[in-house]
Amino acid sequence: MNLLNYLINGLSLGSVYAIIAIGYTMVYGIAKMLNFAHGDVIMIGAYVSFFMLVNFGLGFIPSLLIAVVICTVLGIVIERLAYKPLRQADSLSVLITAIGVSYLLQNSAQLMWGSATKMYPINIISGSVSLFGGKLSIPYLTIVTILVCIVVTFALQWFVNNTRTGSAMRACSEDKDAARLMGINVDTTISITFAIGSCFAAVAAVLLCSAYPAVSPTLGSMPGIKAFTAAVFGGIGSIPGAFIGGLLLGIIEIFSRAYISTQLSDAIVFSVLIIVLLFKPTGILGKKVSEKV
Amino acid sequence: MKKIVTILLAVMCLFTLAACNNGGGSSEGGESGTAEKASIVVGGSGPLTGGAALYGMAVNRGAQIAVDEINEKEGYEYFKLDFQDDAHDAEQAVNAFYKLMDDGMQLSLLCTTSAPAAAVAGLTQDEDIFAITPSGSRDDIPTYGNNIFQMCFTDSNQGAGSADYFGTYFADKKIGIIYQSSVDYSKGIYQTFAAEAEKLGLNVVETQAFTDEKDFSVQIAKMKDAGAEVVFLPIYYDEASMILTQAGDYSPIWFGVDGMDGILGVENFDTSLAEGVYLLTPFAADATDDLTVSFVKKYNDLFGEVPMQFAADAYDAVYVLYNACKAGNVTADMSNSEISAILREQVTSMTFNGLTGSNITWDASGEVSKLPMAVVIKDGAYALAQ
Repeated sequence: MNLLNYLINGLSLGSVYAIIAIGYTMVYGIAKMLNFAHGDVIMIGAYVSFFMLVNFGLGFIPSLLIAVVICTVLGIVIERLAYKPLRQADSLSVLITAIGVSYLLQNSAQLMWGSATKMYPINIISGSVSLFGGKLSIPYLTIVTILVCIVVTFALQWFVNNTRTGSAMRACSEDKDAARLMGINVDTTISITFAIGSCFAAVAAVLLCSAYPAVSPTLGSMPGIKAFTAAVFGGIGSIPGAFIGGLLLGIIEIFSRAYISTQLSDAIVFSVLIIVLLFKPTGILGKKVSEKV
Repeated sequence: MKKIVTILLAVMCLFTLAACNNGGGSSEGGESGTAEKASIVVGGSGPLTGGAALYGMAVNRGAQIAVDEINEKEGYEYFKLDFQDDAHDAEQAVNAFYKLMDDGMQLSLLCTTSAPAAAVAGLTQDEDIFAITPSGSRDDIPTYGNNIFQMCFTDSNQGAGSADYFGTYFADKKIGIIYQSSVDYSKGIYQTFAAEAEKLGLNVVETQAFTDEKDFSVQIAKMKDAGAEVVFLPIYYDEASMILTQAGDYSPIWFGVDGMDGILGVENFDTSLAEGVYLLTPFAADATDDLTVSFVKKYNDLFGEVPMQFAADAYDAVYVLYNACKAGNVTADMSNSEISAILREQVTSMTFNGLTGSNITWDASGEVSKLPMAVVIKDGAYALAQ
């Protein structure tokens, strides 16, 4: 029964990683840049929904929606102000800028809201289902998290494959210049990508904080790095890859903590990443050439 | 390229501004002093930015309150507090130390956190500056020289003290331990606790460590499986609050040390989760003695929060310096060697009463001797345990 419990915990943690990883993978697939500020957008989303829930007494859905709107706007603003001017610069400059934005967000949050941890309300989705005569209990939150992750992945996959904007995204990911020649507005497409990624960051923030309820300015960094790992693990640029990578990473992390060592879990997670990349340098679902979205 | 430079510069400016806003408060306090009497410069550093900023801010604020009180009492700027940011990073702490030397530091609060404090202690000793760290609790810190003193317990003191307490009150219970192996503080306490527990024959059934994570489901499940009735948590309160929240229906006796202090102040934390939590701490913000009440009120008025133990340690450390300076007639024009010689003599011979204990004394090694106090959380407030 313990094994099942750990598996469910792993799936739940992995689902959160997967939703965050989608943000990384989309931006990388289309803009060919690593948005290291993504984890900090999650942090902002967490704070916004915290204030909506606690200080304004709003319900779960309205506060989630406000967080989504604010994060989406923030994502677009960051892209316009910090990344767009560097569109022609080499990728190293963009990478450094992204790290700069990350620190800027963290330190601004600390200035505005202080560095003390705040506790996220945990009773939003409470209760659990009991199975096997009470031997196994699955919190509703875990079920919601896994469902949201599945819905988000499929919806996004459908969006990318079946809409005009989706086609534009795929075109940009294959060849920006060719896409521009075909009349696609590359800048708008990239902005939309950032908007979608940041919107999911808000969703991830709410799920993350409901499960692990400490809100602090550095909240996004570790999940951000893990999710980035998940994206690379699954094949960066691929949405199903981010999904699978996220889930696997979550499960490996919980299992190695449960059965090997709680201290070495991070080391094990990253070793698995290295081994996978040694044998399959593009990640589990990564393809050698193009068609990355 | 120009644009990148501009952006980078803009970002850097913002950081500097942020640092100023945090740290600037330290020098605002005693501007009223006139120039006729020179002030003694008290330097120190701590994380004002980054993940550990909480602790540096608390030390800076606690020290500032003490300095302001002293300056008001003296009628001029007796102490001038110069507190720098080290971001809980040994390298930055060394840079902060050189900056403080340039600023003319004469007495030092060393660093807030252990690793930077250890990095700076040797340099401070070389300059022959007297230093007392409010909260750098690692065992080796006072060994860097005869000028280096501690205000807080050493980690091994706390570990051994806790084990003794367990031996007296929980001798027949199954004991679990969850500690943070990536933090010197937590690991240090754990190691001495484990050693002492073995000596006392305590029944430790399960030990789990964690590094830097938010998911404690595995550790909690293992405690539950092992049937631990008392779980020792030598960790900081933010992680502890996560463990309490995630523990669900598993409710052993949780037992923390001074790092647990502050758990009731976490914004929006459901204090009923902490009901019955024990902690061994030298400072309780809810204590009713005049000194604590007035300090907590001042801190709350100025900064809008309840002070944690770090702030109290800093407050006491400044008063230790003050009492020693007054008793030894230290003046600002003395050399660092003269000051440190007087301070060493005064501090080792004084008996100090402050926020973090009474009848506190120091021996020549720089280690503090004071009694920890066990409190238990009842109805969302500290109450003295047996």
